[in-house]
Amino acid sequence: MKKILTREFNYSIDYQVSYGELSPFFEGLTKKKLMGTRCAACKKSYATPRLNCMECGKPCKWIELPQEGKVHTWTTCHYGSEEFLKQTPYHLVLVEFPGVSTLFQSQLKKVKEGTITIGMNIKAEFKKRPLLKASDVYFVPA
Amino acid sequence: MRQVYMISGGVTRFKKARPEKTHQGLVQEAFDQAYSDLPRLRKEHIDGSVASYFSDHFHHQLMAGIMAHDALGLVPKPSRRIEGGGATGGLCFQSAYEAIASGRMDVCVAFGFETMSRVRTWKGNEFIAMASDMNFDYPLGGFYTGYYAMMVVRHMHEFGTTPEQMAKVAIKNHGNAKHNPFAQSPKKLSVKQIRNSQMVAYPLTRLDCCVMSDGAAVAILASEKMAEKLSSNPIRITGVGSATDTMRLADRPFGDVPLLSNENKKEYKDLDYPGVHSCRAGRLAAKQAYKMAKIKDPLKDLSFVELHDAFTSSEIQTYEDLGLCKIGEGGKYIDSGNAHYGGKCPVNLSGGLIGAGHAIGASGLMQAVFAFWQLQGTIKKHFKNNKLQIKKPKRGLIHSHGGTGTYVTATVMEKP
Repeated sequence: MKKILTREFNYSIDYQVSYGELSPFFEGLTKKKLMGTRCAACKKSYATPRLNCMECGKPCKWIELPQEGKVHTWTTCHYGSEEFLKQTPYHLVLVEFPGVSTLFQSQLKKVKEGTITIGMNIKAEFKKRPLLKASDVYFVPA
Repeated sequence: MRQVYMISGGVTRFKKARPEKTHQGLVQEAFDQAYSDLPRLRKEHIDGSVASYFSDHFHHQLMAGIMAHDALGLVPKPSRRIEGGGATGGLCFQSAYEAIASGRMDVCVAFGFETMSRVRTWKGNEFIAMASDMNFDYPLGGFYTGYYAMMVVRHMHEFGTTPEQMAKVAIKNHGNAKHNPFAQSPKKLSVKQIRNSQMVAYPLTRLDCCVMSDGAAVAILASEKMAEKLSSNPIRITGVGSATDTMRLADRPFGDVPLLSNENKKEYKDLDYPGVHSCRAGRLAAKQAYKMAKIKDPLKDLSFVELHDAFTSSEIQTYEDLGLCKIGEGGKYIDSGNAHYGGKCPVNLSGGLIGAGHAIGASGLMQAVFAFWQLQGTIKKHFKNNKLQIKKPKRGLIHSHGGTGTYVTATVMEKP
């Protein structure tokens, strides 16, 4: 068989990604606030902001969310994407907030794997030095 | 709309790495098999193609589709690329279906590929995780196994599904793959081995997850007139359905179950649906396909299913989405033996993604090829053994699924 040749190289990119109309959520994190939205027409509320209602399509208004909620579901990642391998193991949760129609995805910290349960009370904490990323907020047991 | 038939198919061996071929070389290999299986087919019969591949990143190439179309000698005929995460292959198949059904083409080649070995496994996981919301999901530790793990933890909570039931799916699919010469991961496994393999994201262990592959698959579709002219054993496509759900798992609603024709509202009166335990798009895609194919009871009316088992847990969820059992009873379905060869509706006789491999853009078309051979009764010819050939199969369903159930297709294929 003929010799198969391969070539190794690196490829990196600098991006300037805009949060556009979602910017108030990320600005909220810098002020230790969780910002969601609520449909002005049908009152459905979104823990992760949506600018138009998923049900009726009407515009939504920004609202401040509660900072305490419950674990809807969870996992502990022992492996991860290359960027996150050094963080393993880490815990992912979907958070239920009282009176809010949808969930919020975050990391759960300051807790051991075996002690996480569905329904446990958790609260938001914010990074001291925000990086304008969704990971500027995380949850801990309440 | 016109009747549409699949008239030939081809698939490469799926392997962790196929460095001896470029992506267009892999497509050529699958195409050559499909082409040689249909001696009356000539290049001039082919009106165009649809290309299926998930990620430009894996190939480090934009417009990779045209390079394969070009390599097949199909220039200057029309071609386009379809993309929808893990469902790319299923969407591609349906795009080719639409080209024929609309009368735009009489013969269309659907081809799919992925060369995932070009980057390290965990970088590959990063590319896949980029198919989650880059603003809200990815920065938290974006990892698809993690997302599916959260879904099944909720499924376990709602319905009592167990990791041992999930392990039985891996045993079945790796076991079926032993009879499929194209498969990447034929293995004889025990529940203990699966539960004791490395934990990736609780409760999913390494052996609950499919692996990444290099590979390609080709499905050739035709109008009734051309099917009659070119093939002595065509398979008719009698139902197509597709649906979507929110990109973010966190946005899924808690509503009512879209009912299949053999279900009633009372059965699910206390269930919030889909939440994160079920895939609404899978259910809606199946519902459309069943209506079109006049399927009343999927368990009775389908001879087999090839579904998108990226994880053992997603196979269990999909039994329910497709109505092979009630929602919440997916764990019992694998326990019942009905998903095994000889069962009421065997699932993933090819080995599925877990056993055969997952070269993302090729996977949905690989399912089509295996379903086609199963319905043709040509498993022996193609697999060199008859172990998993169903006796007189009438109708099969292929299910292709992307994201966290974000794009899903269901297609019914039938022996005319």
